[in-house]
Amino acid sequence: MDKIKGKIHVIKENDVNTDLIYAGKYTYEILTPEEMGKKTLEDFEKDYYKKMNENDFILSGTNFGCGSSREQAVTCFKGLKSGGIIAKSFSRLYFRNAVNKALLVIESPEFVDYIFAKDNGENLDVEVDPNKGEILCEGKIFKFAPLTGQALEIFSAGGLAEYTKRKLAAM
Amino acid sequence: MGKTLIQKIIEKNSGKSNVEVGEIVFVKPSVILSHDNSADISKTFEKMGPKKVFDPSKIFIALDHEVPPPDSKKALNHSIIREFVKKYGITNFFDCGEGICHQVLPEKGLVEPSSVVFGSDSHTTTHGAFGAAGIPVGRTETASLWALGETWLKVPESFKVIINGAPKKNISPKDVILHIIGKIGADGATYISVEFTGEYVDKMSMGGRMTFCNLSAEMGAKDAIIPVDETTRTFLKNRLKKEYEPLYADKDAKYAKILEFDVTNLKPQIAKPHKVDNVTDVSEVAGKKIDVFFLGTCTNGRTEDLETAAKILKGKKVKAGSRLLVYPASREVLLECIDKGIIKTLVEAGGEINTPACGPCLGAYGGVLAPNERALSTANRNFKGRMGCSENTEVYLASPATVAVSAIYGEITEFKGD
Repeated sequence: MDKIKGKIHVIKENDVNTDLIYAGKYTYEILTPEEMGKKTLEDFEKDYYKKMNENDFILSGTNFGCGSSREQAVTCFKGLKSGGIIAKSFSRLYFRNAVNKALLVIESPEFVDYIFAKDNGENLDVEVDPNKGEILCEGKIFKFAPLTGQALEIFSAGGLAEYTKRKLAAM
Repeated sequence: MGKTLIQKIIEKNSGKSNVEVGEIVFVKPSVILSHDNSADISKTFEKMGPKKVFDPSKIFIALDHEVPPPDSKKALNHSIIREFVKKYGITNFFDCGEGICHQVLPEKGLVEPSSVVFGSDSHTTTHGAFGAAGIPVGRTETASLWALGETWLKVPESFKVIINGAPKKNISPKDVILHIIGKIGADGATYISVEFTGEYVDKMSMGGRMTFCNLSAEMGAKDAIIPVDETTRTFLKNRLKKEYEPLYADKDAKYAKILEFDVTNLKPQIAKPHKVDNVTDVSEVAGKKIDVFFLGTCTNGRTEDLETAAKILKGKKVKAGSRLLVYPASREVLLECIDKGIIKTLVEAGGEINTPACGPCLGAYGGVLAPNERALSTANRNFKGRMGCSENTEVYLASPATVAVSAIYGEITEFKGD
């Protein structure tokens, strides 16, 4: 996995739920990831997606992605070609969906606290090394636990769809 | 060291003789649940290139999230699903009108105690009410399960939640579980398997147990289980057509936490906007005007819930200017409620009776809010925008009794029990 350089967008809240990330009214419309991207965080802030450039990260508090199983709350960030999500913690189902869709999800309470302590951390540059588990920001290094085992295998295949496709082909 | 219930269930369904907490193992489910999202799942499934589904009898699909379909796109989803069902010979398909997936699955005898139920819906935790492990997954994982018939799980740690005491007669399981979520918090049980036990749980009806396990998703739980007892056996009799072997936690099992609650003095509870763990006594918010009252969902749309509401609303009227939406959880529930005169009472009171389905719970159709409106609902989520509109709307969550009594006054009202 390559290093990712992008900017962070700060949502200084806990429990950012999947309804806020991707509104329920769109969940039964079949859209492309790019179309989903344009719905990202719409109920949190109108046109939020316009802030996000390729490789940018969302940074938020605890229990990010709580609520529904809706995978579009992950896929919308893939549609925006986001670098991933950095949070203090994730809901179990969001974390699992993210691995299955190969969206980088990073648990680093230390880094989030560092950013939250600032008056304005919005748009700060970061460089993330997913292999080593390191976030570089303002010359400081923040460690996180990289994926391992089964989760890493799925992520490295490009997600569970590709992983299962390969498994079926080998059967 | 003894084993927890989830540990034993995962062990049994992984084919291993021993699994440890924290270990990653592959698990074979007894059934894989999905709903209207099966249209999207079927596309992902076919892209994976399988020739067939692993077992057409273990795939369960019920149409409930957009029923009846509010527009042609949603109707198309349903027709894609019907085609898929035909093509792959899926036996457990329940079309529009049968009810909400989490209600229909147990009604049709498809939840087997001690088995693993994977579901492409976050409230799959509901099936723990029958001593099974109900574990939510996403759409891609459901597609993969349809193809392979197994997926990986980490054996979770467990909480033991012991509930004792005899509550006052105005208290229902919804009040109790809201209180517990308020104490544990929205992420207090993340990755955790929650075992409910205690004298209050022992006496709880099957419906109450489903409410408990359903709402455990709102404290982050991976699953929630109530061990099999006489109440479970009575429900499963004449439904589940096979022998089952109940499993129980060992007495010396190790729990990450043991939490005790006493419900003797509990007052009616309510979750305020916009988080489910934002729980307080109903009396604290009494008097708030309500536009939409919503009685239904996988949390509280069962006969006992509608019956409670009907008793309160008998001979009364929903306050002019407010609406009462009623969504029975299934056809079986609707028929029972017709037989018992519950539907008549609710209609006479001014309630709007709808097809058994999810309704406006997820904000997609069937009674969504207008800007500046406030709802009081028996559902499970009150997130901003949850009921279809985020412009200055609010959703409060409470018991069927609280919703019914409040509907008479058009404002949040404490149910006193008479």
